[in-house]
Amino acid sequence: MFQYGASPRRVVVTGMGIVCPLGVGVEHVWRRLLAGESGISAIQSFDVSALPAKIAGQVPAGSRAEGKLDINEWIPVKDQKKMDRFIQLALVAAEEAVEDSGWRPETEEERCAAGVLIGSGIGGLPTIYDAALQVGAGKAKRISPFFIPSALINLASGHVSIRYGLKGPNHSVVTACATGVHALGDAARLIALGDADVMVAGGAEAAVCEIGMAGFCASRALSTGFNDTPTRASRPWDADRDGFVMGEGAGVLVLEELEHAKRRGAKIYAEVIGYGMSGDAYHITAPSEDGDGAYRAMRNALRSARIAPGEVQYVNAHGTSTPLGDDLELGAVERLWGDDAKGLAMSSTKSAIGHLLGAAGAVEGIFSILAIRDRVAPPTLNLEKPSRESPVDRVALQPQERPIRVALSNSFGFGGTNASIVFRAAP
Amino acid sequence: MSDTAEKVKKIVVEHLGVEEAKVTPEASFIDDLGADSLDTVELVMAFEEQFGIEIPDDAAEKITTVKDAIEYIEKQKAA
Repeated sequence: MFQYGASPRRVVVTGMGIVCPLGVGVEHVWRRLLAGESGISAIQSFDVSALPAKIAGQVPAGSRAEGKLDINEWIPVKDQKKMDRFIQLALVAAEEAVEDSGWRPETEEERCAAGVLIGSGIGGLPTIYDAALQVGAGKAKRISPFFIPSALINLASGHVSIRYGLKGPNHSVVTACATGVHALGDAARLIALGDADVMVAGGAEAAVCEIGMAGFCASRALSTGFNDTPTRASRPWDADRDGFVMGEGAGVLVLEELEHAKRRGAKIYAEVIGYGMSGDAYHITAPSEDGDGAYRAMRNALRSARIAPGEVQYVNAHGTSTPLGDDLELGAVERLWGDDAKGLAMSSTKSAIGHLLGAAGAVEGIFSILAIRDRVAPPTLNLEKPSRESPVDRVALQPQERPIRVALSNSFGFGGTNASIVFRAAP
Repeated sequence: MSDTAEKVKKIVVEHLGVEEAKVTPEASFIDDLGADSLDTVELVMAFEEQFGIEIPDDAAEKITTVKDAIEYIEKQKAA
């Protein structure tokens, strides 16, 4: 098996950007997350009266100075119509990450050694919906020439590469809710294997729209019992949980080969030391009944990191607040950690921002890195009455200061696709 | 300026995000106003919508300046 530790090319994180329901900007979002604030609210941008789920994690509208999103501050008006919202969110997160890294390619050689790998679970759903309405109304000839490039998932990577002149690998991932972790893990491997020195990687999602909500309602995946108290709806591991809460946003990281980062004196947040994947081969939407897919993804990630479970102090769980999934993941962690489970902190930050689908793994990867930087585990909101006891501390309600040096982040997706990534404090 | 010219100008300003002063009759959509080939397709669709006319592809290809657009549209409306 390919192992990062054994590779002469190590991969570190040197830039990060977030746009999510808690706002725009890594530090702003992190402060709000640790303060126990929630980004989940009633949907008002379209009519949800016919739907059983009426809430979502939505990016707050407002100025950048307030930590909110006014897309006109980021993208020229005439370009906005050429890209679906998920691409716009990817560009916002990428701008912060690239700025934060302090790096721009200056020579052609540098440009060719820098790539992009940003994925999305669903891509341009609102754009597809609008186009379908036009076709349905007999206006097939009036479809915008920007419809296809606006909706295509890999166009997030395309736009980011165009904006920064990144001519290395231009790639994308589509693995439903595991997209973000796959994007980071695959991008790190491209660097480790020598395909690139720098990768701008992450995930973006903007499916809080009519058909996105209707579709997930139809698959019976969403919380429907907290429409009047939205901030209480996402409650991973709690006895009263009843489904996940849709969220939107993007997380983008600048991954860089260690020596490349050192040579330019870059600020290094953390090292990517492990990445593991698995498939359930079981059901299109339900996780395997014994949680074995989650178990094997985490085990493979720890193997590639060449560390024992006991060396991990924090897990950012997939933990979507669904009745089935949360306890299966918990069971898989208990099984893998064994006696070390009692020293472990595991929280679900989806309790504060909802489920960002293809962006979840990237945003939660950033939270895991910040947990290492600040030695604090972010809380699981609304975990008032766990549905079952566990030796694993699920960081209920309040953040916990802990000596975190290694963190693992999980993302599992429809189709039975699982991915885990491991970060360690900067070398 | 004719009513058609006013409307054409307004559409160009909106779709290409350019300053009104730059939208002179001689201005070329691609060379002077920063449009790419997809922008011009969208512009022609906007003209069709605004003026209730059909602009076939072979005619659309010949509309490269603001003046081309105004003249074509006025001819269609007169026909």
